[in-house]
Amino acid sequence: MTAKLVQLTVNGREEHIAADGLISLQQVLREKLDYNTVKDGCTQGGCGACSVLVDGELALACLLPVSRLEGAEITTLEGLNESNSAGVIQESFVEHSAAQCGFCTSGMIISAKALLDENPTPSRDDIMEAISGNLCRCTGYLPIIEAVQSAAGKLAKGGDGE
Amino acid sequence: MSEKHKIEAGHAVGQPVTLRELESHVKGQTVYYEDVKVPRMLHLKVHRSSVAHARILDIDTSRAEQSDGVVSVLTYRDVPATKVWTHFEAVGIAPGAEPILALDKVRWKGEPIVAVVAESLKQAEDGAAKVKVTYEKLASVFDVDAALAPGAPNLFDCWPDNHYLFPDDHAAAQIRFGDAEKAFAEADHIVEHVYNTRPIEQAPIETAGCVAVPGSDGRFTLYTNSQSLSNTRNNAAEIAGISPARLHLIGGTAGGGFGGKVDMAIEPMALLAAMKSKRPVKYRFTREDEMTVSSTRAAWRVSIKDGVMQDGRIVARYVTTHQDVGAYLRNSIYGAFKHASHMPGPYTVPNVSADVFCVFTNRTPSAAMRGFGVMPASFAIEMQMDRIAKALRMDPWQLRLKNAFRNGDMKAHRREVWDAALVETIQATARLSGKDLPEDYKQMSSQKRLGS
Repeated sequence: MTAKLVQLTVNGREEHIAADGLISLQQVLREKLDYNTVKDGCTQGGCGACSVLVDGELALACLLPVSRLEGAEITTLEGLNESNSAGVIQESFVEHSAAQCGFCTSGMIISAKALLDENPTPSRDDIMEAISGNLCRCTGYLPIIEAVQSAAGKLAKGGDGE
Repeated sequence: MSEKHKIEAGHAVGQPVTLRELESHVKGQTVYYEDVKVPRMLHLKVHRSSVAHARILDIDTSRAEQSDGVVSVLTYRDVPATKVWTHFEAVGIAPGAEPILALDKVRWKGEPIVAVVAESLKQAEDGAAKVKVTYEKLASVFDVDAALAPGAPNLFDCWPDNHYLFPDDHAAAQIRFGDAEKAFAEADHIVEHVYNTRPIEQAPIETAGCVAVPGSDGRFTLYTNSQSLSNTRNNAAEIAGISPARLHLIGGTAGGGFGGKVDMAIEPMALLAAMKSKRPVKYRFTREDEMTVSSTRAAWRVSIKDGVMQDGRIVARYVTTHQDVGAYLRNSIYGAFKHASHMPGPYTVPNVSADVFCVFTNRTPSAAMRGFGVMPASFAIEMQMDRIAKALRMDPWQLRLKNAFRNGDMKAHRREVWDAALVETIQATARLSGKDLPEDYKQMSSQKRLGS
């Protein structure tokens, strides 16, 4: 099979990827580009550990064939760290002890970021809906919901989220 | 770390403490075993038994060996030293009965038979699919009662009754305390029931996995998410026939475990594959593997018979438990001992007899999960306490407070109670939930038993 050359922007850097068949965005980000925050929990769209932003929208990297992403702008947690654009959310996660084993956390932060970018004053139900695709097995949903609520409150008061 | 979460000497209890890794977790910078990049890494896929119980007549790996990208293929012949093993050999548990790769028999659907190592995971999967195993099917059992019935299909020659024999040929892990038989004869009421729990998959978000890397100095580095590093190192060395000094395990960071990463199902295989292939090998459960072939919490069947006095005192407790360990023992005796030691629960019962059996069936081998053996014990005991309360038409809170152990009481496994807190815990629960207790029950204390 001939590989198709796909151009992507990942965390602000232009990348040219030889996209064989159904090679997923997750494989490209983790294995070719070494973005380790993109976790692999199920490789079937069930756990949310590989959540990233594609053109600012929340997406599951394991379900996206790279060949379909010509010209897309991808942001992983590494990208948010570089611009410190999830700083308030991360600070709130620490304050609320909203992580235990940490494996779902990158995806949780990405989902929280996507939510707060879209809806700066979410209700508790909005938050639960926003993280409903991110599984946590250390039973951390309550502190996570509280952390996102607290981050929204700080950002509304003019925190330094952006 | 924020100031409020620092621990001051002498002021730790009741204070929240910030998890050490929290800052790196929220930035996604915690390093899990899979985040380590190793050059020229190979991938491993296991061809597994498609039947629950069978004799193996033939294993044909010729097509797998010819498959694209396949570097090596391992069968039981490639296990250099210990072809059958057991998890607690170091503390005298015998005999070894679980093969790394099946020898002449398979005892559960999913048992590893052949390991295929290839340049890519896809190639390893394609190769593993080309292995051909010829079986002579045997009758199977999937329930402890069926396994213990006379004439049941037998899994192991060394355990003809389908249950493990504890040291000194004891059929069960046993607790004997007081004279239960005499107490039953004198009891006002007998309350008995059977309680069942079912298997659960631990389902950590990060599946179990390991990367085994051969070094030029003859040592091997194993990057792993095992919950049991020391045992894994010793057992993997034993299986490979090398000194543990030649194994360097790097781990301690697991993306969830809950007991599901205690079983050493991964590391010995990855090590053997790296030894044979002379290259780094990654062996990782897919989500499907995790849900279908990794060990689960066992099904437990707990039968309790209690002798009870009209005033609510439990004077005798008989417990017979059958832990369905599945096809192999693994760590199940540890769960059996914990279960037995937990009897008769946090209550002072002067006459106790408990027998905890590890029963073999043709199910997926079971393992630890969050309170190994204790959860099924507590579940059964607390259900039984409610049943007794109902039988006596007594308030279940009062029944528990009356029987709760006090400091100075002797537990059935002959350890004196010195840190009792159940009375105070129940009283606090009552206050918080608006349950009104009679005055004499409010005055009870773990320090002494009133009125008896």
